[in-house]
Amino acid sequence: MAEASSPTHQAREWLASILVWGTAALVTATFCWLLGDIVWHGLSHLSWTFLTTSPESAGRRGGIGPILVSTLLILGVCLTVSLPIGVGTAILLAEFTSDHSLFGRMTRRSLDVLAGVPSIVFGLFGNAFFCKTLGLGFSILSGGLTLACMVLPILIRSTEEGFRAVPANYRLSAAALGLSRTTTLVHLLLPAAVPGLLVGLILGIGRAIAETAALIFTSGYVDRMPESLLDSGRALSIHIFDLSMNVSGGDANAYASTLVLVILLLAINGTAAWLAERGLHRRIVTV
Amino acid sequence: MNDLNRRYGDASIYSFLDACRLKVGNLLPVFLMLPLFGWSGTSAAQTTAPDQLSGKLVVTGASTLAPLIAEIGKRFESLNPKVRVDVQTGGSSRGVADVRQGLADIGMVSRAMKDDEKDLHAFAVASDGVGILVHKDNPIRALTDEQIIAIYTGKITNWKEVGGKEAAITVVSKAEGRSTLEVFLHYFKLKNTDIKPHVVIGDNEQGIKIVAGNRHAIGYVSIGTAEYNESQGVRITLLPIDGVPASTKSVQNDTFPISRPLHIVTRTAPTGLAKAFIEYAQSKAAYDIIAQQYFVPLAD
Amino acid sequence: MTSSHSNILYRWPTDDLLCWLLRGLAAIAGLVVVFIVVFLIAETLPVLSHVGLERFFTDPSWHPAEGFYNLTPMLWGTLFTMAGSVLIATPLGILSAIFCHYYAPPILTRPYRRLIELLAGIPSVVYGFWGLVVLVPLIGEIHPPGPSLLSGILILTIMILPTIALMADASLANVPQHYLRGAAALGLPRWATIRGVVFPTAKSGLFTGVILETGRAIGETMAILMVCGNVVQTPSSFFDPIRTLTANIALEMSYALGDHRAALFVSGLVLMTMIAALTMAAEWISRGRIYG
Repeated sequence: MAEASSPTHQAREWLASILVWGTAALVTATFCWLLGDIVWHGLSHLSWTFLTTSPESAGRRGGIGPILVSTLLILGVCLTVSLPIGVGTAILLAEFTSDHSLFGRMTRRSLDVLAGVPSIVFGLFGNAFFCKTLGLGFSILSGGLTLACMVLPILIRSTEEGFRAVPANYRLSAAALGLSRTTTLVHLLLPAAVPGLLVGLILGIGRAIAETAALIFTSGYVDRMPESLLDSGRALSIHIFDLSMNVSGGDANAYASTLVLVILLLAINGTAAWLAERGLHRRIVTV
Repeated sequence: MNDLNRRYGDASIYSFLDACRLKVGNLLPVFLMLPLFGWSGTSAAQTTAPDQLSGKLVVTGASTLAPLIAEIGKRFESLNPKVRVDVQTGGSSRGVADVRQGLADIGMVSRAMKDDEKDLHAFAVASDGVGILVHKDNPIRALTDEQIIAIYTGKITNWKEVGGKEAAITVVSKAEGRSTLEVFLHYFKLKNTDIKPHVVIGDNEQGIKIVAGNRHAIGYVSIGTAEYNESQGVRITLLPIDGVPASTKSVQNDTFPISRPLHIVTRTAPTGLAKAFIEYAQSKAAYDIIAQQYFVPLAD
Repeated sequence: MTSSHSNILYRWPTDDLLCWLLRGLAAIAGLVVVFIVVFLIAETLPVLSHVGLERFFTDPSWHPAEGFYNLTPMLWGTLFTMAGSVLIATPLGILSAIFCHYYAPPILTRPYRRLIELLAGIPSVVYGFWGLVVLVPLIGEIHPPGPSLLSGILILTIMILPTIALMADASLANVPQHYLRGAAALGLPRWATIRGVVFPTAKSGLFTGVILETGRAIGETMAILMVCGNVVQTPSSFFDPIRTLTANIALEMSYALGDHRAALFVSGLVLMTMIAALTMAAEWISRGRIYG
């Protein structure tokens, strides 16, 4: 490290730059190809009527109005349940248990296992537990709860990372001032951990909105406009899957639906980032 | 029907609370969601009036049939405004299991009924052929049954041996348990252990995309799906079986040898709403929907 | 800073309450996995009791309709696709996060991050569809039949890349600025700073990212099912078609009955055991060095 300007080090710097730029170019190119494909095929079918009308002829014609509503409801249920549990658990793991305590280790390990459970197993589990045991039937509620179980590990682990990254002297200073841990948490740690939480949220929303297999068995296939959370409602991802794999001649609308999903995701992610930044800002200013 | 209302309608709150108390006493967030149940009771169905049908019908089962039954259900709903037909997909076995457990009123099964399913009442609504297909650039336009068997069992591995170009054959088959596979095996009198596939697929569209993307592939899929794709310019060709051209027409007039019935099933002899729906699905009024979904109506 | 009631009398009740509330929430999160395991075991018991676990590894083949239940080739399939994709995606993901933080001009950072966030939410069926119509025919031209271990690894790499890239991005963002200024003051060039200062500081986050992406790689179903060929065999080259445990469940579950269905749940159980073993191994290897 001392002779940072020696020829080998300079070569290494060059190599690293090339690698980093190359990776970025590769990633961008691959994803632009993929997104370009979606936009190219989907854009011509996109219109206001497509967004608001009901599907006809198994989705080959017509729009995706009810499906969009169901998707948002499922996502809403999922986040309402998983956010408090997720953030709570993350706080406990990062702030209130030592890294070597049995409880912390067990919880963390079980979450890692949960992160790798295949989505179809979540689906069958959700079907058995939420639909049958709890008697919720095929419903948006069952679907949302199943998804909540699924996104928990992502949400918890990345939020936990957010808390872990807060420098220890924040806590020490707060303790020295005689602040309660609750106050420290709410006013100091939570705002500082927002970037981690945000990533967890974005990954979690991404996983939830992209999920197919788990929802087929829980929230179901009905493409009617849902009247309550106990109605079955088809999610956008299931609609895309059905159109591209099960309904011959559904490709065009499948692309358009995917484009809608991408736009929806862009909007949700943008809002989440905006809210997080705003919340962070306000807290620091007002306190 | 009443049984169903109890499960999905008003009483769900109580059964839900019960379950919570017994099974998950501390599932706090779920309790927080309880207010949401307030407005759910309104959708609960009433008992059947003599002249007007009403209530909710839950149909689950085969993914092949799901779009068709959902469309028939929609038209049935528009004829009987107080009726809701909820179609769920997930596979034939799920249809059978759900009907047996009383989770669904009607099950969808995309194959002939098995011997151990004789306890169920089955009603055919449509039929579907299984056709052999190759890539459009493949010069082969016909194969004998023996040749197909030899290709699928790995005895013939090059198109040259059946009069085609010099190229290794890519054999596309379906996953174990799929109805199309069972129909295929039954016709060619094969066992699944004999088949030496290079690609195993799930749904029909996947098979078509694989064959369309590989000039040396051979596969078998539902005829309706293949016919539609062929007409849309997808690069596939359906091969005749035993000299009979593979088309929905030849399935309809019963000359095409490989076909399967598509069933809807109930646990007990259907009554009321279920009976009305099954009768409607089997009636001529549903034929145009069946044809629209690329299946074959039973008989004219 | 704050607050009016920060004296010793108020502190304890709120802290206690908070602590118990958090414990309750964490218990729910932990219980989900227990529920799932119990559910899986309940579903597999019938077949385990009269077939036995051993036959799932010693039978000649996987033909459940005819009573053969060998899962080993699919276990290899899962392991190979997972290992391949994690090995490729991890460096790519970390490098792409480094690009975002230390190399990219400010104007590129935000769009690049948005792009990656977007990709985290594209349904697997879309990736699978793209793989099926673009990637598989391409590989088929090089070496038939096309659907193969290689296409599985490539698609999976693309799918898990956002997970590791975003996690790495977040953990790099948390590296204290004064570390970097210190390194700059010492005259360290960019890459040396990254290697010597950034990586050690961010290792916990990077490790979590790897765990999460591995989980996603193992659990992925639909896209894998569409591009891997799904032939039950132990691959001998990158161009051999394979079937993973997840694809096995998704392919056959919809038509499976009785023992066959239970055997598919055994696949699920095996998968979970594998993940548990992997995370424990990772924890053991990194003992004391990750959460330091």
